[in-house]
Amino acid sequence: MDNGAGRGIFGRMSNDTNIAIVGGGLAGGATALALARAGLSVTLLDAAPRAVLDDPAFDGRSYAMALASTRLLRNLGLWDALEAHAQPMQEIKVTDGRVGDAAVALGLHFDAAELEEGPMGYMIEDRHLRRAMLDRLDATPGITIRNETRVTGQSVGDSGATLTLADGTTLSADLVVGADGRQSGTAQRAGIGRTGWDYPQTALVCAIAHERPHHGVAHQLFLPSGPLAILPLTGNRSSIVWSERRGLAEEIDRLSDAEYLSVLRPRFGDFLGEISLAGARYTYPLNLTLAQSFTAPRVALVGDAAHGIHPIAGQGLNAGLRDVAALAHVLTAARRRGEAIGSDAVLDRYARWRRFDTAALGMATDLFNRLFSNDSALLRTARDLGMMAVNRLPSLRRGFMREAAGLNGDLPDLMARDMT
Amino acid sequence: MTLPRDQASVDPAEVAKFEAMAAEWWDPNGKFKPLHEMNPCRLDYLTAQIAGEFDRDLSKPQPFAGLRVLDIGCGGGLLSEPMARLGAEVTGIDAGGENIPVARAHAEAQGLEIDYRHTSAEALVNEGAVFDVVMSLEVIEHVSDPAAFLQVCAALVRPGGLFLCSTLNRTPKSFAAAIVGAEWVMRWLPKGTHDWSKFRTPEELAAMIDATGLETVDRKGMVFDPIRWNWSLSDRDLSVNYAMAAVRPA
Repeated sequence: MDNGAGRGIFGRMSNDTNIAIVGGGLAGGATALALARAGLSVTLLDAAPRAVLDDPAFDGRSYAMALASTRLLRNLGLWDALEAHAQPMQEIKVTDGRVGDAAVALGLHFDAAELEEGPMGYMIEDRHLRRAMLDRLDATPGITIRNETRVTGQSVGDSGATLTLADGTTLSADLVVGADGRQSGTAQRAGIGRTGWDYPQTALVCAIAHERPHHGVAHQLFLPSGPLAILPLTGNRSSIVWSERRGLAEEIDRLSDAEYLSVLRPRFGDFLGEISLAGARYTYPLNLTLAQSFTAPRVALVGDAAHGIHPIAGQGLNAGLRDVAALAHVLTAARRRGEAIGSDAVLDRYARWRRFDTAALGMATDLFNRLFSNDSALLRTARDLGMMAVNRLPSLRRGFMREAAGLNGDLPDLMARDMT
Repeated sequence: MTLPRDQASVDPAEVAKFEAMAAEWWDPNGKFKPLHEMNPCRLDYLTAQIAGEFDRDLSKPQPFAGLRVLDIGCGGGLLSEPMARLGAEVTGIDAGGENIPVARAHAEAQGLEIDYRHTSAEALVNEGAVFDVVMSLEVIEHVSDPAAFLQVCAALVRPGGLFLCSTLNRTPKSFAAAIVGAEWVMRWLPKGTHDWSKFRTPEELAAMIDATGLETVDRKGMVFDPIRWNWSLSDRDLSVNYAMAAVRPA
């Protein structure tokens, strides 16, 4: 007898879809793929119009994907399309540098040769990731994509949630996943508050082409004004993420490309030879925003909707994908057991899993930034001694590397192993 | 399948009371919190045993379609509902008459069809009912004559069918965990919920099951980890909670 999630009794209609995902960005797309893989029906709602697929121009945006995140992409079937465009990060060099300091004597050095799993991660350009994601979403049965669809209301009942859409129609689901970013309307409608704070800094992001090869080395320089990361892209190109005091960043942002490069150049020296811009320039005021809860009845948040962190170590998308993998893990197990996937008992397991990880990451990132953005002689000595200790102790160094690769902690199935 | 549709004759105030009780049964942080915490582990055991015995694939929708499942001591329906959601035709019986409308109210709100009855296993035997799967979890330690109770359960299993049960072992550790820990210290359970001397060891339980004509085929421990705060199945540690599976030879 067929009496499961597909159909109700007593004349009651069952929900239109198992999962309604609000937000069609990378976190929302990954959630759709991961949950469809678990056999759930998924409707992906995006307020934006459908992205133009054949727009291959590089816009300068890219992601430092930790190894655990690339495993997820592999399990979601994206890797075949991405591999040719992914630049492995074989080494990470951390330098406590002041502009003009020549020596890198007290730098930290992490080499993937010490890590059995391989490279610590890959640099992937936004255009390739988005395109692979859209292609895969289109090719996956069980996923319905609705573009230009805005959610205006959200209510919760005994057996699901109902979304009201801007065109006046409704959509009922066993569970609503909010993947709608830092200003998540899903969280707001569910009554989930937010905490957070602004940093007096702005991140400047651009891609550069350079004369000499980077050999797959990622550099993290801690300058008095804030951190600067040089992350290797394919070919002789790198992505630059660079933080400055807000006022100064605004001034730099107004400069011409040539003037911009002349400010950037002395900040990391000339080890890559001549540099030029290889895409658009971006600025992001730095702030941290945490949802006070990952879940509400019939609602789960993923990605920036749950936690928008300082992008200091490229951990924003990685943390978001970890949410996706954990949610998929919990819901896959629940479905196989016959549990109601949107029930409080099931959602509690997701919330408990992610709450600790995220609070710790937000705090560590914040502390790291405060410690390394300070030019006091005392702090400088303390961190130099700390770096020396890390360099001298292989076990501690491997610990940091596994953390950077996203391999520490309780890993969800989709990040723990190859499941293709 | 007969559908209990006697709610029509029920006074609305009574319905409201049952809905409140249903909310209590199904509140993961309420009175039945320990049962909710244990439930995923119990379901992992039940679903794996059923899927194995009847060759069903749990990654498919409705894997238990066509199986008749009896849940003895169904309470609020914490096991009956998942079984129904997996496609089984579920009958839930409970000696506590107040649980039946509670379970019905909740299943109805979930859009699930489950035949809940306030009756005894003996009465079902007298009706000549048989099932593909008979399950009775955390019940044996509460009945006065376990051997006789197991005879009745076994009589409800069709040839080639499966019997699943779980209970508490009689060990110093189970006394510490179930009586001192759960009842006295943590107050998870009302004092006097369990009588330790009524607990049966896996060997005693297996002997009682085998005496009914069923053959025990599997036993596993259900172990609580207070650090990770979750339950998991164990092949080795059956010292406190454990589950057992038996089949009636075809």
